Amino acid sequence: MIRIFIALYQRDLRLAGRIGGGASMGVVFFLILVTITPFAIGPDLNLLARIGPAILWIAALLATLLGLDRLFQADQEDGSLDLLHMSDAPLELVVTAKCLAHWTATCLPLVLAAPLFGLMLALEGEALAGLSATLLAGTPALTFLGAIGAALTASLRRGGLLMAILILPLAIPVLIFGVSAASSAGMATTPFLPPFLILIALSLASMALAPFAAAAALRSLGE
Amino acid sequence: MSAVLTVQNMTLVRGGRTLVRGLNFEVRSGDALLLTGANGAGKSTLLRAIAGLFTPASGAISISGDDIEDDENPALQAHYVGHSDALKGALSARENLDFWAAALKRRGGLDPLQALAAVNLAHVADLPVGWLSAGQRRRTALARLFVAERPLWLLDEPTTALDAASQARLAQSMAAHRAKGGMIIAATHAPIGLEDAAELRLGAPS
Repeated sequence: MIRIFIALYQRDLRLAGRIGGGASMGVVFFLILVTITPFAIGPDLNLLARIGPAILWIAALLATLLGLDRLFQADQEDGSLDLLHMSDAPLELVVTAKCLAHWTATCLPLVLAAPLFGLMLALEGEALAGLSATLLAGTPALTFLGAIGAALTASLRRGGLLMAILILPLAIPVLIFGVSAASSAGMATTPFLPPFLILIALSLASMALAPFAAAAALRSLGE
Repeated sequence: MSAVLTVQNMTLVRGGRTLVRGLNFEVRSGDALLLTGANGAGKSTLLRAIAGLFTPASGAISISGDDIEDDENPALQAHYVGHSDALKGALSARENLDFWAAALKRRGGLDPLQALAAVNLAHVADLPVGWLSAGQRRRTALARLFVAERPLWLLDEPTTALDAASQARLAQSMAAHRAKGGMIIAATHAPIGLEDAAELRLGAPS
């Protein structure tokens, strides 16, 4: 079972690298969202620094959704999903491996790029560190929640938009606590730790529960 | 190995239509079963049901044998080659087979390169599958049968897009698999080299 898990993780990472549109596309999309915001808001550095964490979090959320609709759809279309049903590994494990590969290929580059892009929004030292930490802790929740939507829409031809509509409301708690922790990091007035710990709890809970929901959705595809 | 697949009282309903009602059959080691019938008669659905990919309205599928545990899920003893090839165009033929070997292998199996040689594709092992022709992709998909040894082969129109030489090679492989005690259930319209096999003709859809 572990062998299948590792093989699937490696295959998905390799595919993300080969097909492109994985890591690099997500980061470029992230960069564009962060870049256009100051144009819309104006060059008020104090304002940008105050709303910077929120902008970066929304950008990260949208960049994570990018490509998530293909998470199971590609395997469904080419018949790979059928054969994965017939392997020793339970579908829950398959979902987990694919989510982790998607997180590594799409979200990890965002986490690494976030401090750099934070500079463009006039964030400084501690705020940048806090932002990276919250993204690192919170993006797994986005990926795993997104997997539920991806599994539900796997057989729909244009499922991407529907998936976003299904998933974005579920992502609101993650966004609230992510932004709240990231904003607190730069300011002494509000504590950083409580929202950060809730964010970690949200990630852990979705990693534990989402694979079951997504696997149930995938099982019903064949009916 | 010696094994037997039993299908009892199976009814398949798809989209409100009853395709198959109360079907019973048995396939033993070394046997092959040809599914024939008009388009829409339920050949593919029956294969998918045996592979565990379609839930029958009623009935039971079971497999038993020497080295098969009791109450084993038949899908874990089966290979399914369906209409789609389950190959990733961006990965090479060898990488695709490496992955399926890891995912499907339970006992033995050939090395991916040997399996590709068995379908005469060793020369394109490192080309991305997306560059291969339809027939070559089909042969790569069939090479999956060799990288993971499983006693039951479920083949849905396996000769689609294959040239005459490849069809002959497939017929040889199927004969060798049966000689080793394997079982084959194939849905087909054209002769595929299983002329001595039992035939199950599925009726017109009702």
